[in-house]
Amino acid sequence: MSLINYASREISCKIVYYGPGLGGKTTNIKYIYSKISPNAKGNLISLATELDRTLFFDFLPVNLGNIRGFKTRFHLYTVPGQVYYNASRKLILKGVDGIIFVADSQVERLEDNIDSLQNMLENLQEYNLNLASVPLVLQYNKRDLPNISTVDELENILNPQKLSSFEAVAVQGIGVFETLKAISKLVIRNLS
Amino acid sequence: MSFQIFENDFWSINETITKLLKMTNAISVLLIDKAGQLITSTGDISQLDTTAFASLSAADFAATNQLAKLVGEKNFNTLFHQGENKNLYVQLIADKVILVVVFDSRTSLGLVRVRIKHATDELNAIIQDIMNKIKTNKDENVVGLDTDFKKQAESELDELFK
Repeated sequence: MSLINYASREISCKIVYYGPGLGGKTTNIKYIYSKISPNAKGNLISLATELDRTLFFDFLPVNLGNIRGFKTRFHLYTVPGQVYYNASRKLILKGVDGIIFVADSQVERLEDNIDSLQNMLENLQEYNLNLASVPLVLQYNKRDLPNISTVDELENILNPQKLSSFEAVAVQGIGVFETLKAISKLVIRNLS
Repeated sequence: MSFQIFENDFWSINETITKLLKMTNAISVLLIDKAGQLITSTGDISQLDTTAFASLSAADFAATNQLAKLVGEKNFNTLFHQGENKNLYVQLIADKVILVVVFDSRTSLGLVRVRIKHATDELNAIIQDIMNKIKTNKDENVVGLDTDFKKQAESELDELFK
């Protein structure tokens, strides 16, 4: 749920990166942090384990600037992908305005993608949300690896609704901003 | 649907939290929505990254609420974090927003606790009022967020994320 403050003229929206463990959600957000100009970003907060796996979430505030008198911000979050962190994942979805599902393109991760997508829909349902109310875009990550599913296969299995989807190599930054731009625009259009 | 705060409500909230700040002699008082977005703050926040603080407070509260459920409680409405020099008192308001008081040894936990109870009643009424307004106006377009706003936002996005 976006926050619109008419007195301080501020708008904040929450975008969540969702997907299976080791799929590249944190890599996306770290790339954005490294490339965006300093005056457009806040501190990157990572609640991670000692082995640098996301324990609770990563958080990055991005300032869009002053839009017709409103300071407009996006708050980017990642969820922990590992199956047993579902309680944490569900908490991060609270108040979500838009979701990027980061799928791992490797053939052996296909089942994990399907399970994670299903888990996302179930968690949204618990907040009485669904894909009609919350915009979603998909990112097919790790396109540079050798043993990957074709985009057609991924589309057929993960994206039957034909939502916007992007190929990415997040570790090199390929597709990262395209995906973020797409979801940000959907979130802005959905503001009401 | 957005959580919209209009001028009058905002100033009522600010009045209440400023009164709380003065009565408790706290360092700062912040009001945060449950999704982790800062609504407003008062007091000395010069040393505080309020955006990160808001996000972490909401996560802290959400995680503690799940802990409550695991031990058979509906939720924990109040949290207290004690440090060597500074402390946090966190209170849920109207099941919707989170009030955080940052304080040090210039005041006491007892005083903060008592004063927060008063402030909670006032804030409860204001937040309930806001929620009722949002429900009543839910079919209306948000003031100021017209097509021009959305167009300009999209062009800024193109610029920022190119």
